[in-house]
Amino acid sequence: MNNSTSLASSALANTALRHSPKGHDRWLFLLVRLCALLAAALLLLIVAFVATESGQAIQALGARLFTDSGWFPGADASGQFNLTPMIVGSLLVALLAMAISLPIAVASVLFVHSCSQPWLVIAYRRAIELLAGIPSVVFGLWGLVVIVPLLGQLQAPGTSILAGALVLALMILPTIALLADSALRAVPNELRLGGLALGLSPWRVVLRIQLLQARSGVIAGAILGLGRALGETMVVLMVCGNVVQLPTSIMQPIRTLTANIALEMAYAGGLQRSALFVSGLLLIALVVALIWSAHRMGRGYA
Amino acid sequence: MPDFSTGFTGNAAARARPYGQWLAAATLVLLAALFGWLLIDVIIRGFGSLSWEFISSAPTDAGRSGGIWPVIVASLATLAVCMAAVLPIGLGSAALLSGVFGAPRSSLGQRAVNGCRQSLDILAGVPSIVFGLFGNAFFCLYLGMGFSILAGGLTLACMVLPYFIRTAEHALRSAATTHLAGSLALGLRHSTMLRRILLPAALPGLFAGFVLALTRALAETAALLFTSGYVSRMPESLLDSGRVLSVHVYDLAMNVTGGEAQAYSTALVLIITLAVINVLVALLGHYWQQKLNGAPQ
Amino acid sequence: MIARFTSISLPLFTALLLSACSQPDRQQLTITGSSTIAPVASELARIFEQMNPDVRIDVQTGGSSRGLADARNGLADIGMVSKAVKETDVVATLLARDGLAVIAHKSNPVAALSSTQIVQIYRGELEQWPGSNLPISVVHKADGRSTQEVFLKHFKLQPREIKASVIVGDNEQGIKTVAGTPGAIGYVSIGAAQYSSDNDVPIKLLPLGGVTATVENVQNGSYPLARELNWVTRDMPTGLAAEFIEFATTNTGSEIIRGLYFVPVN
Repeated sequence: MNNSTSLASSALANTALRHSPKGHDRWLFLLVRLCALLAAALLLLIVAFVATESGQAIQALGARLFTDSGWFPGADASGQFNLTPMIVGSLLVALLAMAISLPIAVASVLFVHSCSQPWLVIAYRRAIELLAGIPSVVFGLWGLVVIVPLLGQLQAPGTSILAGALVLALMILPTIALLADSALRAVPNELRLGGLALGLSPWRVVLRIQLLQARSGVIAGAILGLGRALGETMVVLMVCGNVVQLPTSIMQPIRTLTANIALEMAYAGGLQRSALFVSGLLLIALVVALIWSAHRMGRGYA
Repeated sequence: MPDFSTGFTGNAAARARPYGQWLAAATLVLLAALFGWLLIDVIIRGFGSLSWEFISSAPTDAGRSGGIWPVIVASLATLAVCMAAVLPIGLGSAALLSGVFGAPRSSLGQRAVNGCRQSLDILAGVPSIVFGLFGNAFFCLYLGMGFSILAGGLTLACMVLPYFIRTAEHALRSAATTHLAGSLALGLRHSTMLRRILLPAALPGLFAGFVLALTRALAETAALLFTSGYVSRMPESLLDSGRVLSVHVYDLAMNVTGGEAQAYSTALVLIITLAVINVLVALLGHYWQQKLNGAPQ
Repeated sequence: MIARFTSISLPLFTALLLSACSQPDRQQLTITGSSTIAPVASELARIFEQMNPDVRIDVQTGGSSRGLADARNGLADIGMVSKAVKETDVVATLLARDGLAVIAHKSNPVAALSSTQIVQIYRGELEQWPGSNLPISVVHKADGRSTQEVFLKHFKLQPREIKASVIVGDNEQGIKTVAGTPGAIGYVSIGAAQYSSDNDVPIKLLPLGGVTATVENVQNGSYPLARELNWVTRDMPTGLAAEFIEFATTNTGSEIIRGLYFVPVN
């Protein structure tokens, strides 16, 4: 993929360079540059605004945001503003969801590809694309009405880390599967045919040749899925119970960074509001770290 | 577990399916069962109160009875604002990033393009609730739009812009690979070339990007909680607060005792809408493909 | 085509913006705050709008702190605060009185809890319902909610002592959680609780200190866990805001308030 695009763009550069803009082409050029500038500035604008709003809390509290004795916010510094339990909660739920989702997604993709039936591959892809578009609030609704009461029979009231992880796992499954599928598709057909010609079974070919070739894509899918789980708000808000604590079992309720924002933003003022923007800043930082690590891993395997 | 006995022993062994493959088949069945459970659950519980009246009337008793018409109108208005902002900015950016105007002439320009791409990559990963925070601080308070459809739509626009740009950039680039050199050789202006050749050729891809952005925006809840608000009456202007479908589902499910049936019906409407859009797009894409193959432009 | 796209979508966009800014010629009143008062305010607003067709009243919930903050910085014309207002930089007008009811699932055999038991439950010292092995799910409100503040103050509990199983935001969310969990205990406004239990929601209101949680007992002052519901404005209310606040004290207004199980001022 990367190779072909860079080839194309260097070809483009060669032809387009010799043609300098004239007349109203110039206005078009300017307009287009302006658009791109706006799009690029958007991230800066967002970070700038979220950072400005967090400023008050960061200045007034500093490290207290991670060391206070709990989350009992108030409009002034007399409250307690520890975000650590929510960072732990976010990571825990997202990682657990990814751990559940990744094997199922990858194994199902491998199976579909090992059947060597083009219609099955296409049907699977269409279905997954469709499922990837289901709104998260629908997953939340289903989790709240179906999964939580089920878990509640194990241990009341059922709103827990496990409930959140199960529903999130289902939600990010199509995302991971889509990326794994497109990574498998990108493996040159010659490799597959070569494997088959050696007398390997289609399953071995998929497992040993195609998956090996496509591993960076699969990892990228896993990281993307992790990012979605980490950033998801509605599902965790609806099924995780929203109690701020460091959990000792996965049947305990927990509050994530995202749910904290959604729950308290409606009425927060002063330092509390500012601390919620700090959570936003932390979420951005986590995403940047994830994307960076995805890049690193992609490079390592490419 | 991979088993080492079958791999290299020829065709007979290859035909027997290894355990691993059975296990993988089982995960596929599991996956189908789980999503089947989810969808059938929504259909069964949601179908009961779904009717034309549900679509066409206003909610009463906090949404426990009545319908969702004002919610549908607010959703459409929010999407219109969102796409009206995404299209021009997205198309312009995609045109620049795709290189149809030539590669940047200086290293500074190249760095700017790279930076733009990286910032869009990060933007695509930023959690939707963070867009909600930003929208609340920027559109609602700083620009003084208050809780409004306008603020909600623009917040969604920020969120889906990277999806649109990425798809549109790809479409324009692949159109350019086949058509750019030829049209420039004919001495066409960039604007003419873009209007007459590249955009028509890239239209299916641009449309796919448009739909991707649209469906993402339609499915979003968290970014709208603090930007377009909860008011479920019929909006009269874009500065009114408006409740979109997904927020309605959330509110009925979480905050309204006995609102589950209506929440499910609203969720069903949302899913059906998304499914119909997807199927239409698939059909249209098929049609376009055939047209392009049949009569190359 | 880019040109056409922009030539179409830019005017469209500006048109949208313009149409958005040219508001219809109507008077508008924004009320935000306590989720306890919101149903009353919405109902009052609906009747008030019927009587004054040129008026639009938007009611948004979010909690008393938001009501106070919005009234203070002018985002809302009137804020709703479901506790006594100590702040002196705003003007508070009493709207009604309300009590907090401790609620449990309807199927729960327990008929009453002592204050000590409630304190023990919320501290996590009592984990099963008395006389059964049904585990208790403690439903608690989010910090910053005035219902929570009133509750904690009455039982002399500190926020950090609470061992909750579920944290909820609005009253309705609390009622819904308790109605969906047989072993749950929660606390909400009497108005909201009684309205729900009269509308077949499976919850029951537990008596407090031997006094049943009813509107009558709040009215005659015998119910121990009572509180004020207030309108809050930045300055002395004038114009439309004053008319609306005044409307709540009329006979029609009092009827509406009583209909939602709150105690009107007069």
